[in-house]
Amino acid sequence: MDVVARHNITVSGPENGRPLVFAHGFGCDQHMWRHVAPAFEDTHRVVRFDFVGAGGSTVPYDPDRYATLDGYAADVLEVIRGLGLRDVVFVGHSVSAMIGALAQVEAPDLFDRLVMVGPSPRYIDDDAYVGGFDEPAIHGLLDALRSNYLGWSATMAPLIVGNADRPELGEELTESFCRMDPAAAEGFARATFLSDHRDVLSRISAPTLVIQCRDDLIAPVSVGEYVAATVPDAELVVLDATGHCPNLSAPGETIDAIATFLRLRSAA
Amino acid sequence: MPSRRSSGCVRRPELPREKAEDAFQEALQADDPVELYERAPCGYLSTGADGRIVKANQTFLTLSGYGLAELLSRSFSDLLTPGCRIFEQTHLMPMLRMHGEAREIALDLVRTNGDILPVLINAMMDIAGDGRPPVVRIAVFDATERRRYERQLMAAKERAEASERHARTLARTLQQTFIPPSLPRIPGLHTANVYRPAGDGTEVGGDFYDVFPIGNDAWTVVVGDVCGKGAEAAVVTALVRHTVRALSVIHDRPAEVMTRLNEVLLRFETDRFCTVVLAMLRPESNGWRVTVCAGGHPPPILIDSDSLPEPLDVRGPLVGIFAQATYTDQELLLGPGQTLLMHTDGITEARGPDGYYGDVRLLRVLSGLGPEPQRLVDGLVADAVEFQGTSTRDDIAVLAVGVPGET
Repeated sequence: MDVVARHNITVSGPENGRPLVFAHGFGCDQHMWRHVAPAFEDTHRVVRFDFVGAGGSTVPYDPDRYATLDGYAADVLEVIRGLGLRDVVFVGHSVSAMIGALAQVEAPDLFDRLVMVGPSPRYIDDDAYVGGFDEPAIHGLLDALRSNYLGWSATMAPLIVGNADRPELGEELTESFCRMDPAAAEGFARATFLSDHRDVLSRISAPTLVIQCRDDLIAPVSVGEYVAATVPDAELVVLDATGHCPNLSAPGETIDAIATFLRLRSAA
Repeated sequence: MPSRRSSGCVRRPELPREKAEDAFQEALQADDPVELYERAPCGYLSTGADGRIVKANQTFLTLSGYGLAELLSRSFSDLLTPGCRIFEQTHLMPMLRMHGEAREIALDLVRTNGDILPVLINAMMDIAGDGRPPVVRIAVFDATERRRYERQLMAAKERAEASERHARTLARTLQQTFIPPSLPRIPGLHTANVYRPAGDGTEVGGDFYDVFPIGNDAWTVVVGDVCGKGAEAAVVTALVRHTVRALSVIHDRPAEVMTRLNEVLLRFETDRFCTVVLAMLRPESNGWRVTVCAGGHPPPILIDSDSLPEPLDVRGPLVGIFAQATYTDQELLLGPGQTLLMHTDGITEARGPDGYYGDVRLLRVLSGLGPEPQRLVDGLVADAVEFQGTSTRDDIAVLAVGVPGET
C-alpha cells in the first residue's frame, strides 16, 4: 500500500525546501503540530504523519512489530524513504523524540538534525536515575486507558463535539483528533513507558536540540538535562511553558526555539 | 477496594450522594447561587490553563478530603494517581487545548487519607479572548459503583475471549485426531487428500478419513462422516475411526468390518449414526485389487484417463441405525492410470447461490482434471469452495488413491 495513505501523510511548503518531519507522541496524532508546523511552511518542506493506530493511519496494528519502539522507528524510516527525503530535520514530541533517535541511529545518512520535545529515554526510576514513575504507575496508566476506551464505547473517537467557541478548529479535526485504536493505544503505552533507551542517546550522531518545559510531569527537567548531557552534540532549551505539550500550550515559544536552532546551525 | 470513608478533617455528616441531593433540592428552593455552587451534586473545580487549582466547591472538598487552602497550592494532576496523571497529561490536556472540552473521562483521585476515589469528570476550557487567562472548569462525579461494574464487565469480556481461544484450541486439537498426521506412503500407489473443517474453527465437525496397512502389503482406506457437530459427535467420530482400525485387522472383507461397526455403534450410547466408505487394497501383478463397501455414503468415483468419471455401484444402509443392516462388497481392479476418489457430502451438498453443488457438477469437474490424485483433490476442492462463495458450511474430506500410469 501507498506510504502516504498508510501513515496519513500530509506535506506542505516548497518542494525544494529542507524536509522538516513532525512526529506526534503518545495520546494524540499529527494535529498536535497544527499550531507549530505552519510557521515553517514558507521555508521548509513540512511533513506530518500518523503513527499506527492513531488519527488517520491505515496501518494494521501488529502487536509483535509494535511491541517496542523499534517498530515505530522503522515506520519513521518508511515515511522518510517513501517520500524520498534526505537531510531531514526530525521533530519528535514526547515518545517520538526517542523514536526519532532510534531512527537516526539506524539510518544516520537520512538525518540532518533532531529536535526532541519533552524527551525521556526511560520513564521508570532506576537507582540514581529518576524517570519520574514506578512500574505500578504504568499499570495504572494502562488501567486508565482501558476504563476510558470502555467509557467511549469501544470505538475510537473520544469526542465528537461542535466547536462553536473555537471556529479555528475545522470539522476534520473534531472528527479525528486524538482518535486511537484501543489495542494500539495500549501497545503504544507499553512500548513507550516500559522502555529503556538510555543507551541510544550517546549514539545519536546528528546535532540535537532538546526542548524542555519548565514544569513537566511526564518528562521532568532533570530528564531533559540528562538527555542533553548524554547526546554528544546537543543543546538544551528550557521553555517558560509548563506541562508536557508546549506544541499546544506554548506554540510561539516552541517555534522560536526550533527556528533559532535551525538558523544557528545553518549559519555555523 | 475504593472507599468513601471520611478523612475526619472535613465536616461530613452524611453520605455525599444523599447529602448532595438534599443540597441540590435546598439550593433550588432557596435559589441561593452560593449554595448552588458550594453544595452542587458534583465536585466542582476551577483551574488555570496550567492545571493549578484556583477554586473548589464544598462537595469536592468532601469527596477529596482536602481543605480549600491545601488545594489552592496544588494542580489537578497532583490529586491523581500517577498512572492517571500520565493519562491526564497525554490525553485530557491536549483534548482541552484542541477541543476546549472533554467529557466522561475516567480518572482515579487520591483522597487525603490515601483511599482511591474513582471519578468521572467533564471539563471545559474557557478562553475569554479579552486577554484574561483561560479557566478550566472541571465537574467531578463519584463513580465508585459504576467503575466497579465496568471492571467486572471488562473482566467478563476478557474471560469470554480467553474461553473462545481455549475452545478453538480444543476444537482444533480434537479435529486433528480424526485424521492421520500425514498420509502414509504406499509403494505402488499415489495418494492425495484435502481436509477442510467448516466454519470459524470453534466447532468440531464429524468428517474423518484414515489410511493404514493391514498386513501382506494390503491397505485400508476409509472416509466417513458422523452426523452432527460438537463434542458428542467428536466422541463418536473417534470411536468410529479407531473401531475401523481394530476391525480391519481381524476381518479381511470391508462388508464384515461395516457389519461389526454397525453393531458397535448401535450398542454405543448415542443417537448418532454415520456414513462410511471403506476400501481394502491388495497389490496384484497388473494393478491393485480393490474391495470396497459403502454405508449411506456417496459412492467412490473411478477416474480413468480414457473414459468419463464413473461412480461405483456400491450402496448400503447408514451405519448405526438398523439392527439388520446388510453390507455387500464390490471388487474391481485398479489398473495403471486409474484413480479412486472418495469424498464426503461436504462437496456435493455444498450450497451456492444457484442451489446445491450436486453430482452432475462433481462429475463434470472431475472429468476435466485427469487421474493424477493431487491434481484431482486440489481441483475439486477449489471448485467446491469457490462455488460456495464465502465460508464452507460443512466439513470437506476428499481422498484419492491412484495407480501411476505406465510411462
